[in-house]
Amino acid sequence: MKARILGIAALVSVVAAAIVGLVIVPADLNQGDAQRIMYVHVGSAWVAYLSFGVTALAGLLWLWRRDPRFDALALAGAEIGVIFTAFAIWGGMMWGKPVWGVYWQWEDPRLTTTALLLVLYVGYLLLRRLTDDPTRRATRAAVVGLVAAIDIPIVHFSVVWWRGLHQTATIGSPDRILNPAAPLVFVLALVSMTLAMSLAWAYLMVRRYELARLEWAREESARRGRIVAARTPATAREVAR
Amino acid sequence: MSDWPFVVAGYGVILGGLALYAALLQRRLAAARRSGPDESSPLEDE
Repeated sequence: MKARILGIAALVSVVAAAIVGLVIVPADLNQGDAQRIMYVHVGSAWVAYLSFGVTALAGLLWLWRRDPRFDALALAGAEIGVIFTAFAIWGGMMWGKPVWGVYWQWEDPRLTTTALLLVLYVGYLLLRRLTDDPTRRATRAAVVGLVAAIDIPIVHFSVVWWRGLHQTATIGSPDRILNPAAPLVFVLALVSMTLAMSLAWAYLMVRRYELARLEWAREESARRGRIVAARTPATAREVAR
Repeated sequence: MSDWPFVVAGYGVILGGLALYAALLQRRLAAARRSGPDESSPLEDE
């Protein structure tokens, strides 16, 4: 019931934030209407960071406590993080073409490290399919999730460490579109979409975590069943049928 | 050329994708709840 309320709140927030970004906020003086994409692009990127951060932390907790709930949380973070990273890349491409003149440029450190982040976590999800043993799978995934998380700060600071097409931080930098002196309406549009995306993320995390717990319980149950079957003599199995 | 096709494509894919993923997740969850943990382990309780 609580998850349903969260889902409704997320839906209303995302629709409202989209109306603000598409209709209420005026076009940017330099970038025109293309700048409106920034609201969903930044929101998606923020939620992707959050997801992979959860995956890394939950992986660490799994290695420490061996509690299946942490593996379920790590899986939820990775799957949802992959979805939002893909959204952030798509939004960036749609924003990049009218502003930069190209959809993509491999020489840009932010773009390339973000693509790497996507590949790393797709690999994480594929790795989980390699074994049927839930414990072994969770341990391998936790290690990969932790190693892949090294790319998160690299993605974030890539615009500071190296030069490329991508602009530096959107908020806080004095020469950017959004800075403390920017019109409040731009700041509100970005903050409202980021909050709305965060609500949607929270709802999806709750649902995906619940699904991962069910999958884990089912697998464990099936595994125990196979062990019991292997230990039960053939005659006893015949009787059981 | 107008930037609106890019804006519509950006918002459409992201928000549409979000809705599609939420719907698919709901479906997967409903299927997992229906099947339950004991379906594939008939010998567990014996």
